[in-house]
Amino acid sequence: MLEAQDLAARRGTSQLYEGLSFSVRDGVALVVTGANGRGKTTLLRALAGLSEPAAGTIRLDGEAVRPFAAILRRAVAFAGHAAALKDELTARENLASLAALAGADPSPADIDAALDRVALGPKRSLPARVLYQGQRRRIGLARLALVRRRLWILDEPVTALDAEGTALLAGMLDAHLAGGGMAVAATHAPLAVDRSRIASLSLD
Amino acid sequence: MGARDSDDHDGGGTDAFAWALRRDLAIALRTRSELAVQLLFYAIVVTLFPLATTPERNLLSTMGPGVLWVAALLAALLSLPRMFALDQADGSLEQMALSPWPLPAIVSGKIAAHWLVTGLPVVLLSPIAALQYGLDGTAIAVLVAGLALGTPVLSLIGAIGAALTLGVRGGGSLLALLVLPLYVPVLIFGAGAVDAVRGGLAVDANLSLLGAGLIVAALGAPFAAAAAVRIALD
Amino acid sequence: MAINWYHYASPATFHPLAGRLAAAFAWLAAALTAAGLWIGFVVAPTDATQGEAYRIIFIHVPTAWMAMFIYLVMAFWSALALGFNTRLSAMMAQSLAPTGALMALLALWTGAFWGRPTWGTYWAWDARMTSTLILLFLYLGVIALRNAIDDPRRADKACAVLTLVGAVNVPIIYFSVRWWNTLHQGASVSLTSAPKMATIMLTGMLVMTFACWFWCIAVALWRVQAIILERERGAGWVAALPAVRET
Repeated sequence: MLEAQDLAARRGTSQLYEGLSFSVRDGVALVVTGANGRGKTTLLRALAGLSEPAAGTIRLDGEAVRPFAAILRRAVAFAGHAAALKDELTARENLASLAALAGADPSPADIDAALDRVALGPKRSLPARVLYQGQRRRIGLARLALVRRRLWILDEPVTALDAEGTALLAGMLDAHLAGGGMAVAATHAPLAVDRSRIASLSLD
Repeated sequence: MGARDSDDHDGGGTDAFAWALRRDLAIALRTRSELAVQLLFYAIVVTLFPLATTPERNLLSTMGPGVLWVAALLAALLSLPRMFALDQADGSLEQMALSPWPLPAIVSGKIAAHWLVTGLPVVLLSPIAALQYGLDGTAIAVLVAGLALGTPVLSLIGAIGAALTLGVRGGGSLLALLVLPLYVPVLIFGAGAVDAVRGGLAVDANLSLLGAGLIVAALGAPFAAAAAVRIALD
Repeated sequence: MAINWYHYASPATFHPLAGRLAAAFAWLAAALTAAGLWIGFVVAPTDATQGEAYRIIFIHVPTAWMAMFIYLVMAFWSALALGFNTRLSAMMAQSLAPTGALMALLALWTGAFWGRPTWGTYWAWDARMTSTLILLFLYLGVIALRNAIDDPRRADKACAVLTLVGAVNVPIIYFSVRWWNTLHQGASVSLTSAPKMATIMLTGMLVMTFACWFWCIAVALWRVQAIILERERGAGWVAALPAVRET
């Protein structure tokens, strides 16, 4: 369970949000909505342990976590605006590299299977430089599947994804939640996931 | 700030180091042009000094050690801004910071790759540059030994500066301001070693000090750079 | 008596305290400066070898000591700021940097003015002068990094890391520069060997050192007050300050 208590964020001297408290139970996805500049990304980065909230506490399974805490780093898969791909490396190399970085140790066959699942099999040997934005996003999806983390933190996950890609994401998220995983996603577009598994939080 | 409380007991330090080293080397080998730019810069700076002063042999061999070392410093500086900036731009740096591996080990791997790509070529090119300055065999050997010990320190200390100036206004020139004063001891001991051998003095003190500096920097700088990376992501 | 340090670590509590302390230190500094200058220029005799020119050491030596000392103090506050995540420590470090830079600059300037009549040149690549120059660069680096980062919290942490890295390096730099140039004057005041200078000169120098020290404290405290106000301008207690209410 992920809990946030009295979180606040500032940009300069202006307050983005304050007194924000919520909890995300296992098997639930929290969908964060809000207009641009309300601090969705700031909130997600704080939950991922990338930045320190201006005030408040974040707890994972009851334990207060500071930024970059080890238990957080073992629990979180973070997908930010950038797909973390190196242009010089191929799709397959990128995926293998990111999986290893997250502590997963997939075999080459696992990597290829993961790329096949996101329909990138034929592109696996192309350098990331020549891939379209949507295809780069799909490598990110394949990474989520490979690294097996309890808590997915997704910043605008459907951006640049086509209908097929969005469906793929929804299917993966469903399976993740059904398996007891948690997710926090900032998104404009609704996610086609089992409604009973969705909680929402508006920053407006 | 949580830089120390979470690290160090995770294990996987060697894996992390090897991962970062392999990855950065693979990327560098596919963008070879950068490698060439670095070396070319070193060669050109070394060529400029005689043009700015005199081709007179005695003066050149007096100036030589200092010039070759200053050029190595500047060449190291040239590539530093890219050490973390590209990874930050494409989001990989966040993933590194969120990895269960200890970040200082990942940073160490990146620093090692940086040295292999930018420092080692300068070490290897320096005998040719030294010939241009009329240094003799022993002096060249000491120069190369000094650079081999000293240029990794430049990458190590430089990594701290590179991480501190990530995404900061005027990053590149600010980086030079932060890092160059910290390079002073390396410069003094490195160039001093060549001066000593040219003056017929023992060089082991200079080289030992460079070696000690390398050990201290290798033990400390990755932690400081990792802390700075986390600060930059915050 | 137990002192609750955390109480004073809150900017709101520290702000008025800093004001009172600063005023006290400023008066002390003024009194000591008057005494020190009087000793230095009136009481102390003309030096047998250096004539009147030596009197610049009454400014030069204290500022040179302060330049080094302030860096250590800055490193101390930086370590606290990183270790305990206390905002006030970072503000103290921030407020010291310009004063430290000024001290280094004054030491260099007066050193050059002393060097001209003594060595016949403004700049002699003397080991201590050279390391003070590098120290000045370190201060300017910290200040420049601070100015380049918009988010004060990030600037605090980044400057703290830089200051600590610098603090580890300062002794190495001093050692290396001395190594590079062993042709420097022996330290004129040393605690181990018998003082070579007349007691009255030493007294003057020590009085001036304390004057300098207290002046630095006063200025740093005033500056930290300004920093607190700037950072906390949104807070209620700042709006309630009499000086703020009037405007």
